[in-house]
Amino acid sequence: MFYREAGDFKTSYKSDQQTFPLKLDKILFWLTMAIAAFVIPFFLNEYWEKAIFLPFFIYALAAIGLNILTGYCGQVSLGTGGFMAVGAYASFKLMTGFPAMDMFLVIMIAGLVTAGVGVLFGLPSLRIKGFYLAVATLASQFFLVWLFNKWEWTYNYSATGQINSPERDFLGIVVTGAYTKPWATYLFCLGFLFLFAWIARNLVRGRIGRSWMAIRDMDIAAEIIGVNPLVAKMSAFAISSFFVGVAGALYFSVWLGAAEPTEAFSIDQSFDVLFMIIIGGLGSILGSLIGAAFIVLLPVLFKNVFVGLLGIPTDIAEFSQIILVGALIVFFLIKEPHGIVAYWRTLKGKLRLWPFPY
Amino acid sequence: MSDTNKMAVAESVSDRRFGEPIMEMKNITMRFGGVIAIQDISFDILQGEIRAIIGPNGAGKSSMLNVINGFYHPQEGEIWFGGEKRSPMKPYQIAYQGIARTFQNIALFKGMSTLDNIMTGRFTHMKTNIFSQVLWRGAAEKEEHENREIVEKVIDFLEIQSIRKTEVGKLPYGLQKRVELGRALAAEPKLLLLDEPMAGMNVEEKEDMSRFILDVNDEFGTTVALIEHDMGVVMDIADRVVVMDYGKKIGDDTPENILKNQAVIDAYLGVAND
Amino acid sequence: MFFLVDPFFYEIVISGLLAGVMYALVALGFVLIFKASGIFNFAQGVLALFAALTLVGFQTGQIPFAHLLSVFGLHATHWGAGFPTVIALLFSLLVMIGLAWLIVQIVLKPLVNQEGIILFMATIGLAYVLEGVGDLMWGANVKMLDVGLPEGPSEFILDTTDMFIDKLEISAAVVAIVLVTVLTLFSAYTKMGRALRAVADDHQAALSVGISLETIWWIVWSVSGIVALVAGVMWGAKSGVQFSLSLIALKALPVLMLGGFTSIPGAIVGGLMIGLGEKLFEFYVGPMIGGATENWFAYMLALLFLLFRPQGLFGEKIIERV
Repeated sequence: MFYREAGDFKTSYKSDQQTFPLKLDKILFWLTMAIAAFVIPFFLNEYWEKAIFLPFFIYALAAIGLNILTGYCGQVSLGTGGFMAVGAYASFKLMTGFPAMDMFLVIMIAGLVTAGVGVLFGLPSLRIKGFYLAVATLASQFFLVWLFNKWEWTYNYSATGQINSPERDFLGIVVTGAYTKPWATYLFCLGFLFLFAWIARNLVRGRIGRSWMAIRDMDIAAEIIGVNPLVAKMSAFAISSFFVGVAGALYFSVWLGAAEPTEAFSIDQSFDVLFMIIIGGLGSILGSLIGAAFIVLLPVLFKNVFVGLLGIPTDIAEFSQIILVGALIVFFLIKEPHGIVAYWRTLKGKLRLWPFPY
Repeated sequence: MSDTNKMAVAESVSDRRFGEPIMEMKNITMRFGGVIAIQDISFDILQGEIRAIIGPNGAGKSSMLNVINGFYHPQEGEIWFGGEKRSPMKPYQIAYQGIARTFQNIALFKGMSTLDNIMTGRFTHMKTNIFSQVLWRGAAEKEEHENREIVEKVIDFLEIQSIRKTEVGKLPYGLQKRVELGRALAAEPKLLLLDEPMAGMNVEEKEDMSRFILDVNDEFGTTVALIEHDMGVVMDIADRVVVMDYGKKIGDDTPENILKNQAVIDAYLGVAND
Repeated sequence: MFFLVDPFFYEIVISGLLAGVMYALVALGFVLIFKASGIFNFAQGVLALFAALTLVGFQTGQIPFAHLLSVFGLHATHWGAGFPTVIALLFSLLVMIGLAWLIVQIVLKPLVNQEGIILFMATIGLAYVLEGVGDLMWGANVKMLDVGLPEGPSEFILDTTDMFIDKLEISAAVVAIVLVTVLTLFSAYTKMGRALRAVADDHQAALSVGISLETIWWIVWSVSGIVALVAGVMWGAKSGVQFSLSLIALKALPVLMLGGFTSIPGAIVGGLMIGLGEKLFEFYVGPMIGGATENWFAYMLALLFLLFRPQGLFGEKIIERV
């Protein structure tokens, strides 16, 4: 009744290809954005900033990045943690080497560096496919973590091996370091997510997105229609790594403030982001967001409800979490490989017809 | 096809004039290890004609298409396209030359809709760079809409408007074959290669497909080379036929003459039971 | 050529080879499952961990899920002194067979005919579930494992050649060789082995000739589980039963890439090459670049290998047909 599209005819290709074909969708989206940008910052406290929103924005960015590579282009990567490290360490070197540089530039350049590294480690994909490639990406994961542990230049020869984020600003507002205001970091990360989600959307609905999906679905046929596999795969690696690098840079400089490679960028990170896109939905930007929200919020939920409310010991809560995530992965792969986003679309489909059943 | 249709087609076939050879295969030999898939085969495809390649299973027909496509590189022989000798190229470069193809076992992109699949056929015609694509509004969007228009024409031509947004993996076999044809047509190819386009179809579907192929050849002047097992179809729509058997060429003539060719009858056709 | 007369070089070589045998043990489980079901079982390492945990649990008389039950008021951790080692091994074997059945029913059957990559990701999920369950059942603390295998440096070898070689590692090598021989013969010469190979080739075809996929899978995963138990015991006796055991599985991946995913002898050869390569690289090149290269060397080696020979040394060539 409300969610109607009867009578809502598209009379131009432009309107047919909109991101939000249904008017109600569009209104809801902009309303959510308005609340996110103009309302929440006023009520934000540090807990919500550091425990909920920042990790969500950052992981959503990483998830979109990985989805481009794995969901859209079909190249499975278990090296996300390592690439986030590249972004983080690149931003660290830039912040310490060029103290006057604006943080926006720092983050973007860090992303660019990661894109380059991504292309390098993506080269094997030209010869290797499927889970052979997944295993090859493990090489990049372990190598990069080792590199940032051993190569002292990357952590400015510090005795602890840890990198710390100095205070830097964006257009004059402090966004890194110990004295940031919650609304500042919140809006900074939200801005990046909005910008990059928009870029991702534009890329996947056009020529380059189609070339990625063609490679994913049948790379032999993709060649027949003129897709150069090298260009398609390397562009997927480059752009995906750019996103992941930006996420990694924000992860370290804005959110954590300090990092050490083995813990912050371990293979668990790689799995976490992979789980986000499996649960949320492969090949979907909205799915990346949903998956990120899920994986970020689950431990918070467990901690507050199970431990806080029900008094269950923390280690049991932790084990249960691991079991739940693993079980959900298996569940989604069996029941709905397109993730939560598929359920969302089915729900919307039903809403369109409501109150009619079909 | 009914008798009256058959006559109408036969008349138009004999009336047709064909141009210079668009493709010439010269002494092609293709080996896989010890197996000789294609042995010293030469034939040409004239501009504007419909050329059929027939022969028993395992004769090397698909391998021949794969050679034309660039998947296989023959150990011996030359390929001439558009009057020029073709140097060894990758399949995606050959796509840019203007050769499009369908496959025996349907090579559609199962995760995409019909529309998106056919849009991929326009890939070689789209040129906007990545920065324009990132911005979308402006050059990239305009190019997308221009190509969308062409794709819609193909969709109209093949009468598949109703399944435009359906994920092709969900379509029945016959429609998938049609979508695959659409993808090849969208590329506006100079040479269209069809690998058993009628496989697995019933009589009606075959008539539809034959009609599409003839229309494409007639309206757009597209040269067609097709592998086909149904001799009735070959008689109806082909201008000339190449017959292969065990990697060798045993016949190269019009359909009527091929029927009388003893070697072809022995190897493939057999004697008709009337 | 100094290093060839340096006895320390040989010690490293042998130590590397023996480490390689340990890797091969884990890789073996992978190969079996891959051969029979085309699945790359990421959970193989966790299976080894779980098997070892279960064994220790039976040996020491732990109550499963004790920690969880304590939340509900049951405050006991042990029901007695535990079973003798042989009985404990037997029970653990049964548990692994039962676990294999569960895995087939819950994970494999619903995913029959899916692509390899989907199955692979499902095994990642499975690995997480097993890890959590293992922790919940037996606790996450490090446990000592003792099955009565000889330990300590072999005096005989020490006396004759001045080399420090652990008896445990020798036992592991012997066990591995026996296991490989048995499995290779089984796969090649028995009716069951043939059925396994048929299933690996084509699920649907195998079904159509009357082979019961379910039974085959159950057998394969059980055998794999037993191999995992052996691997878990060997590794556990060497370094204690702890979470890092499951990370060994990750190391088995490069082993497989070198040896080929479908070859049982390949698992051994691959394991030996990785074990040897790692130790030599770390010893000779490691000090120049900061050490701890064992974290990534195996993967880099495998990666290079994959680029030139994607099917590994003994694996089957992957042919793509248009």
